[in-house]
Amino acid sequence: MASITITDVSKTYPGAPAPSVTGINLSIRDGEFIVLVGPSGCGKSTLLRMVAGLEDISGGEVRIGDRVVNRLDPADRDIAMVFQNYALYPHMTVRENMAYGLKNRRTPKAEIETRVAEAARMLELGPYLDRKPRALSGGQRQRVAMGRAVVRQPSAFLFDEPLSNLDAKLRVTMRGEIRRLQKRLGTTALYVTHDQLEAMTLADRLVVLNGGRIEQVGAPLDIYHRPASTFVASFIGSPAMNLLDAGLEGARLRLGTSVIELGHLPAARGAVTLGIRAEDLTPAATGLPFRPDFIEELGAQRLVHGHIEGQPVVLALDPAVPVGSEMRLSVAAARLHLFDTTSGRRIATAARPGLAVTETA
Amino acid sequence: MSDAAQPMKSAGMIRRWLSRPARAAPAKPVQFDQPLLPWLFLAPQLAVIFVFFYWPSVQAITSSFYIEDPFGFGATFVGLDNYKDALGSAEYQRIAGFTALFTVLVTGFSLGLGLLFAVKADKVIRGRTAYRTALIAVYAIAPPVAGLMGMMLFDQHIGPFVQLAAWFGYDMKVGINYWDTAFAMILVSVWKQVPYNFIFFLSGLQGIPASVREASVIDCRNGFTRFRTAILPLLAPTAFFLLIINITYALFDTFAVIDVMVKDKPANNPLTLVYKVYNDGFRGNDIGGSAAQSVILMVIVLVLTLIQFRWLERRVHYG
Repeated sequence: MASITITDVSKTYPGAPAPSVTGINLSIRDGEFIVLVGPSGCGKSTLLRMVAGLEDISGGEVRIGDRVVNRLDPADRDIAMVFQNYALYPHMTVRENMAYGLKNRRTPKAEIETRVAEAARMLELGPYLDRKPRALSGGQRQRVAMGRAVVRQPSAFLFDEPLSNLDAKLRVTMRGEIRRLQKRLGTTALYVTHDQLEAMTLADRLVVLNGGRIEQVGAPLDIYHRPASTFVASFIGSPAMNLLDAGLEGARLRLGTSVIELGHLPAARGAVTLGIRAEDLTPAATGLPFRPDFIEELGAQRLVHGHIEGQPVVLALDPAVPVGSEMRLSVAAARLHLFDTTSGRRIATAARPGLAVTETA
Repeated sequence: MSDAAQPMKSAGMIRRWLSRPARAAPAKPVQFDQPLLPWLFLAPQLAVIFVFFYWPSVQAITSSFYIEDPFGFGATFVGLDNYKDALGSAEYQRIAGFTALFTVLVTGFSLGLGLLFAVKADKVIRGRTAYRTALIAVYAIAPPVAGLMGMMLFDQHIGPFVQLAAWFGYDMKVGINYWDTAFAMILVSVWKQVPYNFIFFLSGLQGIPASVREASVIDCRNGFTRFRTAILPLLAPTAFFLLIINITYALFDTFAVIDVMVKDKPANNPLTLVYKVYNDGFRGNDIGGSAAQSVILMVIVLVLTLIQFRWLERRVHYG
């Protein structure tokens, strides 16, 4: 068990004009579950693979515990990795798969047996120990891959999209299992995924990556409630945050023909991007004019797609609330997010509680 | 005779090997209304097998029980005499011994070098295409040409190998000295077969998922142990297929190389069994004896293949 410190790390592939990953600073506490999340090509896997030692580090420094591991072989870094396609050795039984890494480290036989038995019990793999991977289902293979990591008792677990090859239902189960296992063992974990739901549910802290840079680091709910940029706002949360073009006129926000009274003076003026979560908009007698287009029924809630002032908006409503052909919506001032239109960065707001006053000119 | 049959045998094995992954997906059953139609579809294949395998085999077996008049005027039934003569002759035993040694060395070295080159070529990133093409190019050379090139390399006057040996004070006489010739034969045969093994091993290596390799890098520090325990077992199906092909190659397809090397040379030169079959049958006109030898050869190959499939294939893991 150990902390991981990533200092100013970058990666440039030979022949590539620009670095794939750049300026990464991240300090991971012992026992923390960190999820790297971002769209494909954002560099999250590259970063993980640099920590694992499967990719060279072009610049900066990676420490695991108090050792700089930049030049260490992957086998010497005291990490264990779980791969997307399981990467089990097809010619070995489940038992041999789990024991392989220990055997190569000259762990005593009795010790190997104890650890494998313990992992098998924990992951309910007992009946399958003498089977080859091809005789297992996807979920079982994934558990073997986790068992292989667990028996090593490493400083850190590295997960590279481990659930992407599983079906939706199994993914939810395995997600819980990974979380439970990591909490129980207290091992530091670095987990890569492109699935924001997986990221939200697993992480102690989320690291949102975009274009090879860190967009935001924080606890899942902090990121959800205070996204640092329009990118994070649209990437984290389902449905994505509604982003609307608006104009700041002092303490008033103009949205087409509607005006929202913010109740305080934000540190910007002119054109801004207004962000509103789908669940923060509530039907009211007066407020923003909303024209519904169609409804997606999710059971516990319904998503109403439509337009406010010609701009597309999604609304999350209780199924009991009637949807008319024309609605008025209100929103709490504290729940409004303002972003710079050009840079996409968040504009600090000092919103007071209470409903934002909307009026239509 | 049996050497005519041999290409069919290896072709069958290649087909078996190529169709291996297809086993997983069961073919859709097809119903034929006319009973004759399926036979019609099978006819070309059956005809080929019959004409090039069964018919010559039966011919060979039949004539192995006869002594034929050298001028083709008649044949006398002699029972197992041809077999007794062949197996009892000291010369035959010596050639069989050499053939065994030759086969073991050629198969071993071609497989070993092919694997070594493939593993090394697999690691090359810059200029990999040129490197691979250079390694594969040798395979495009026809066996007699390879034999001729070999003869040039071992030429008494201009051959670089002879000069190299002379440097160390050794007088190499390929075509005259038994073991010198044997050395040249093995070297040229190996050289000819390495690219073939290289292609298969390389494609086999590339078929191993990158993540499995990466997992093994994390699990095992020592590169050689890693190769032996995690990579090589995944190459076993390829290696098993190549083992059969290489034994067949060493036994039969080296004929042209040997022919070029010993044809017009003094007598004391190493031969393999298949060359002796040819020598006795077509040079010595002893059709019966030659047929008996080729039947013996057929039995040897049959037994070898059966052993391989029974004992080795069990230990081979197919992905």
